[in-house]
Parts: sequence; structure tokens; C-alpha cells
Amino acid sequence: MCLSVPGRVLAMEGTRGTVDVAGNTVEADFALTPDVRPGDYVLVHAGFSIQRYDAAEAQETLRLFHEAFKDAGE
Amino acid sequence: MTLAEAGYRDMELARRILARIESDMQGADDMRLMEVCGTHTVAIARSGLRRAVPGNLGLLSGPGCPVCVTPGGYIDAAAGLAARGVTVVTFGDMVRVPGNQTSLEAARAAGGRLVVASSVTAALDLARRSTKEVVFLAVGFETTAPTIAAAVLAAGRERLGNFSVLASHKLVPPALRLILGDADCAVSGFILPGHVSAVIGTRPYGFLVEEFGVPGVVTGFEPVDVLAGIEELVRRVRSGEPKIVNAYRRVVREEGNPKAWDAVMEVFEVADSAWRGIGQIAKSGLALREGYAAFDAARRYGVELDDVALPEGCACGQVLRGVLRPTECPLFGARCTPGAPVGPCMVSSEGACAASYRYGEK
Repeated sequence: MCLSVPGRVLAMEGTRGTVDVAGNTVEADFALTPDVRPGDYVLVHAGFSIQRYDAAEAQETLRLFHEAFKDAGE
Repeated sequence: MTLAEAGYRDMELARRILARIESDMQGADDMRLMEVCGTHTVAIARSGLRRAVPGNLGLLSGPGCPVCVTPGGYIDAAAGLAARGVTVVTFGDMVRVPGNQTSLEAARAAGGRLVVASSVTAALDLARRSTKEVVFLAVGFETTAPTIAAAVLAAGRERLGNFSVLASHKLVPPALRLILGDADCAVSGFILPGHVSAVIGTRPYGFLVEEFGVPGVVTGFEPVDVLAGIEELVRRVRSGEPKIVNAYRRVVREEGNPKAWDAVMEVFEVADSAWRGIGQIAKSGLALREGYAAFDAARRYGVELDDVALPEGCACGQVLRGVLRPTECPLFGARCTPGAPVGPCMVSSEGACAASYRYGEK
């Protein structure tokens, strides 16, 4: 039930707007993340943006995992 | 910059992490790790991970399915509201859950007004457009509670007189405490829920380390996320270095989302709460504050919610605490299947029993 999906904010009007989630446009409420702007990545849960999605951090974590496990299973 | 999510589904990286887990676990005593999030339950079952990890490493599902721990009395009360003409709006996975006397599905078949929605916003919009009484079934953990709080705040601003919520929100940290306090508890580490943590941050888990010496890793839901989380836990359990680690930094900050949690604390207060099959857990739920009583369906309609009984023979209570595996319940797969479920853990797709059945775990 805590299923949440990342996406990119397309448009906002007041606290309502739309997010591109894997190519689908979904409606979202931004009352819980008032600082986001169109173009930002957010995490959408049950019709609300609940947190920013940090795309740079996503790349960095992945880089660290590749580094940590580069010799595993050889 | 594009989303890096595909990189977390890299099967070659997943294979290497699994190989590291295998070498970490060589010669180790039996170890049991628990996840406490329905989305993790499904992710682990679907990927076949439980069978892929070494035999001395057990992966348990805890009480992470909100639908499963919602009291039967709550279901009966909600069905009763639908039957008396109130428009009841609910997340879809509540519909088929058996209460102690009835279900929402049965109430709808008998002519009750039931609307399935993926957001509380749908209930607000219905209330705005009509004069009919609308009740939203507010279940879920810390991830969902802020959305309900935002809706109640909006209803307050707009003075919507026909909108209320039947609240049975649950909090994750008190459930972890209960599990660790159980004499039968064999959990050595927790895979912590990524999206609950996106809201509450990582600090509320500090007691796992400080009071119980048990590590926890906040992880995401892709195969690489889950495997890296397990590997971190295995290493920390074996080396005796418990810590709360945030391995889901792309959406989890140490402080969570204070704005979202402030909204929750404006509308709700922490209260004792009844968990189905488990019982009352101190300070493990949210109750609407006095100032928002007008939006509290339980007060408005005078209904009792706390009957936590389970259908006869159902072992959901033990499954939710990690004492029994789903397949160890005598009803599993015989008298209780997703097509004809007896207990709540077999109904919700996120229930440990339903996930186990669907993905053929032994």
C-alpha cells in the first residue's frame, strides 16, 4: 500500500498538477512538497507528491554499489 | 538527467551482490532478517529471492501490510456505513478483506455505496460536488497518513460538512519494538520500509540499535536495492556492528519530509492502536485531534472499530510477527487461497500469504 513511483513534474497550478511517470501523465497534489517546480523529480504516492527524488543521488548510490561489488562472484 | 531506476534492475549487478551474500553467509549461524513493508513483501516474493539466498539465511515478512492489520471491527463498521447510505470511498485492496461479520464487497453486493479510488483526493472531490455524506477509509502507514492529513486540512479550510475519514493508521517503529520484545523473536536485522522512511526519515529507528543491538537498512524496492540492503545487514550482523543505514538516499533524507509529518501531527495525535491478529500496541496509531473531530467518521457515526479477532483457524497473527511462515499455516493453499481467502494476509496482494501463494514459495 506504500507503493510509490518516481516521476518528473510536468505542470502545476496551485497545489494540483501533473507528473510524468514512466511515460504516463498522472495527476498529483503538491501540498506536501510545496517547494518543487516543473522539471523536478518527485515520488508520488496515492495521488500526492510525498518527497523529492534526487536524481544525482540515484546515480551516486548506483556508482557506489558497482564499486563495492565489482569483484564479487568472480 | 533521467531517472536511474533501470540501473537498479541490472541483473549482472544483482548476481554479484547475491554472490557476496553467499560468501558472507558461509559457515554462519542461521540468520533471520525481516522486511516490514508490503511492497518489499511483493518485491522479494516476485523475484524468487527467498529461494535464491543461502539456506541459512531466512527472509521473513513482518506486519507491513496495512490492510492485513486493520481490525475486523473496522471493516464491519465501514461496511455498515456503506449499507446505511453513506458513500464509502476506499483503496481497492480493502474491498475483499473479510471483517468479523461482513465485508465491503458484501455491503456493495447488498446495494451499499462503495467507491474504489487510488487517492483520498477522489473522496474530497465527491464531497465537493454533492451534498451526500462521504467517508474515506483512511488506512495505511506513515507514507499514506500525510495524504489523509492534507485532505482533512483542505476540508477544514473549505468547511466541507459532508466529508470525514474513518482512521486506522498504523505506525511502523512501535511494531518493530513489539516484534523485538517477543520472546520467540529470532529477527537479527530489519529491511526498513523505503517509503515510510521517505516521510519519517531514519532517526525514529535509532532504538533498534541503542536498545536491541539490531541493525536496520532503509532500502528501495528494485532487485539491486533489496539485495544490497540484505548484504549490508548480513555483514553487520556477522561483524556485530549494528547501525541504521540509509541505502535509499535518492528518496530518503535523515529528517524525512518534515512538511508532510507536520501535517500529520497537526491533524492527528499518536494513540494506542489495535492491530488485527496482534492486539493493542501502545502508541502505534494515529487518532484525529479534538480540533478535527468533525472529520472523524468514528465519532460522527458512533462506530466501534477495535475488534481484532481473526477468522477461525487463521494464523495471520503469527505470520505477521514472523513466528510462522505462511506455508506453515494449516489452512495455507488448502482451505485458504487468494480465490477463496480465509484471512486478511491471503486477501491483499501485499499480504505475506497471498505473495507466498502467488509466487509458489515453499
